[in-house]
Amino acid sequence: MAADAGTGTSSAPAIELRCISKAFGPVRANRDISLVVRRGTIHGIVGENGAGKSTLMSILYGFYKADAGEILIGGRPVQIGDSQDAIRAGIGMVFQHFKLVEPFTVLENVILGTEDGALLKPSLAKARGTLRQLAADYELEVDPDARIEDLGVGMRQRVEILKALYRQADILILDEPTGVLTPAEADHLFRILENLKSQGKTIILITHKLREIMAATDTVSVMRRGEMTATLRTADTSPAELAELMVGRKVLLRIDKSPARPGRRVLEIEKLCVTDAQGIARLSDVSLSVRAGEILGIAGVAGNGQSHLLEVLGGMRPATGHVRIDGKELDLSGPGCDGRSRRAAGIAHVPEDRQREGLIMPFHAWEDSVFGYHSDPALQSAPGLMDNARIRSRAGDQMARFDVRPPNPDLAAQSFSGGNQQKLVLAREIERNPDLLLVGQPTRGVDIGAIEFIHRRILELRDAGKAVLLVSVELDEILGLSDRIAVMCGGRIMGERLASDTDETELGLMMAGMKGKAA
Amino acid sequence: MSQMPKWADLVLIPLISLIVAALLSALVILGIGEDPVAAVKMMVTGALGSTYAWGYTLYYATNFIFTGLAVAVAFHARLFNIGGEGQATLGGLGVALVCLALPWPHWALALPVAALGAALFGAAWAAIPAWLQARRGSHIVITTIMFNFIAASLLNYLLVNVLRPTGSMDPSTARFADGTHLPTLHDLLAPLGIAFSKAVPANISFLLALAACVAVWMLIWRSRLGYEIRALGHSEPAAIYAGIRPVRTVMWAMLISGALAGLMAVNTVMGEAERLVLNSVEGAGFIGIAVALMGRNHPAGVFLAAILFGFLYQGGAELALWTDIPRELIVVIQALVILFTGALDNMVRMPLERLFLSLRKGRA
Repeated sequence: MAADAGTGTSSAPAIELRCISKAFGPVRANRDISLVVRRGTIHGIVGENGAGKSTLMSILYGFYKADAGEILIGGRPVQIGDSQDAIRAGIGMVFQHFKLVEPFTVLENVILGTEDGALLKPSLAKARGTLRQLAADYELEVDPDARIEDLGVGMRQRVEILKALYRQADILILDEPTGVLTPAEADHLFRILENLKSQGKTIILITHKLREIMAATDTVSVMRRGEMTATLRTADTSPAELAELMVGRKVLLRIDKSPARPGRRVLEIEKLCVTDAQGIARLSDVSLSVRAGEILGIAGVAGNGQSHLLEVLGGMRPATGHVRIDGKELDLSGPGCDGRSRRAAGIAHVPEDRQREGLIMPFHAWEDSVFGYHSDPALQSAPGLMDNARIRSRAGDQMARFDVRPPNPDLAAQSFSGGNQQKLVLAREIERNPDLLLVGQPTRGVDIGAIEFIHRRILELRDAGKAVLLVSVELDEILGLSDRIAVMCGGRIMGERLASDTDETELGLMMAGMKGKAA
Repeated sequence: MSQMPKWADLVLIPLISLIVAALLSALVILGIGEDPVAAVKMMVTGALGSTYAWGYTLYYATNFIFTGLAVAVAFHARLFNIGGEGQATLGGLGVALVCLALPWPHWALALPVAALGAALFGAAWAAIPAWLQARRGSHIVITTIMFNFIAASLLNYLLVNVLRPTGSMDPSTARFADGTHLPTLHDLLAPLGIAFSKAVPANISFLLALAACVAVWMLIWRSRLGYEIRALGHSEPAAIYAGIRPVRTVMWAMLISGALAGLMAVNTVMGEAERLVLNSVEGAGFIGIAVALMGRNHPAGVFLAAILFGFLYQGGAELALWTDIPRELIVVIQALVILFTGALDNMVRMPLERLFLSLRKGRA
């Protein structure tokens, strides 16, 4: 049962958590967490993956019940048993993965679950009025009759915010809200949040991007290993201090690298085109080249053709055009278009989605350590039979070299953390000593400590004279790691820049579709 | 994720499920006014109490091992092969054609060729649904079910119009020549000084089934093809990433699955009936699904589950013979076993997991 929290005294904090604890089996996800979020502020929560941020927010939103502790909303203790209780207590949540019905219109999504009666019409009419009011108050214009499937991610996110506001949320929790946005869209989001704040709403922002914390929040709390390690005024802290608090040791945020010494052209792409099953052009006339000893970064908002480019190069998807590796033409649509022949041509591929593509999650780590290379005759004890003993012992050594924790090849891939899973994939691909390494989102969902390690390994490969093609939606990563940067938008290359010669603003404009000046 | 020791997962849960299913079955038997204790006693003596009983239990178990393995292999590629029935029917045709084709001088010559015929025909019958699935995306559950009906009709036609010896009223082939007679367990065990009942159908095919278990284990966990089948089964995008060709792998998995189902006919057609009759499969293709489910798609599990279902099948036949408990009730008991070991797995698993968790906590 939920207490009505709407009438708390204005001096009381919007949210107060007292000694919240939650354990899943032997894992203590939250330990004695206390937190005060003042009314009318933007409060950031940062922490590595698995630090307990999501668990804490799930407790606040009624998905989990805390083992111990108290929740006070507006100074009154409340019991939040499910999301209905949370909504009644004035809490709204914007999830990282939107919870919208795609074929429905904005209006239909907004009223979903709050229909007044059996007939929709009165609820829709009422919602239309409310939506107009909200749009005017908070700069949240969305066409109420547009279908969700026709909207971009930025707009979809606005619909999620509107849903929460329509349910009269006073406290808005946003979980990694900028992961899928362009820099411009992210800026707009932060303007909206500012606006909401000035109208007295309280906002909790969960993110791993320290830059956003510094730019948008008033107060920031740091979580590490299930505990709240610090709550600071944002103005009094720095990214370096936050990173250290998150990881528990000093972290190098900047990527230190020597200048590239580009050599011969390893990869040449000419007029590459991909049309998907629906007849939509995903890649149009993409031409690029990558030299030995350099990293070419592909910047772009997710879904603008970068994934298709990686898949074509990795042999996972047919295409038209020309791709040459060291002058040798690759088969882009015939029988030689598969991952096996690409590997034979000297291309290694760290795919964007390691859980869906890069690893078989229920496999032992040692089985995954040869995934894609399992037909290698050196790994067979007899034709057609895998030399499991040898593969297992090699995997153990490999895991030790790549600092995979725990270095136990008998564990299933799914029991490793995100960062360690990524190290498994990276170890497998880099130790093959490829001429060209394709890397997609190398540090998505990876802890700060492991990011440093992964970046270093990629740079080492570059310095060993190999070509690297990097795709990432993190502009910081693209800027920090690449020697040259190509920007993609709508399946086209908008332009190329030297990394030393450009900045976030320029790349952001190009990502949004503005042609850069000729490079 | 798993909070339980492995032995609990592999042994305790199926055991508890079985006990629950047995208790419910006892209630059903009570409900129709019979004595469950007497019924259990009769089933046990009837299926395990003598070498005669064992001879039948192992005969049925042999069928279930083959069909269970067939389902298990396909399942590792996440293909649900419901067509064991039809593939075994066609396997029977393969066996019959081989046995009738030549005046075989000795079973040792006939057996490998007949087994090959059974496997090829079974595989061929699986090939069409497999191709439709791999190329056209037609769901394999639907197509294999339909192919069961086609197989039955096809066999019906062939037996009535083509294979029936002239003058015979019976829709079946002629009797196979004596040279194809497979040694029974009695023949096999006699040289070892073990007396085994003479009058039972269990034959050398049981050993073939054991060999198939080992071969499937090798295939799934030791071979490159098995690696690719498992990878594809877990994630198709990952398989494509790794350069595994889904169409080829699906075809191989289904061909092997169909071949295994077809091999069952060596036991029934060559080992027991010694001619091809209508409906020689008798539902073993479907029981294979339950066997694979209970055996967790592992050859060792399939073997044990097949023995259990052989026991239920034979014990049930005895019950129907000597008591007023109708044979249909045996189907009810089998259904309960399937329900509890397969479908309601979580009902036992979750409380047990919680129990182990609290035990661990208590220790910590």
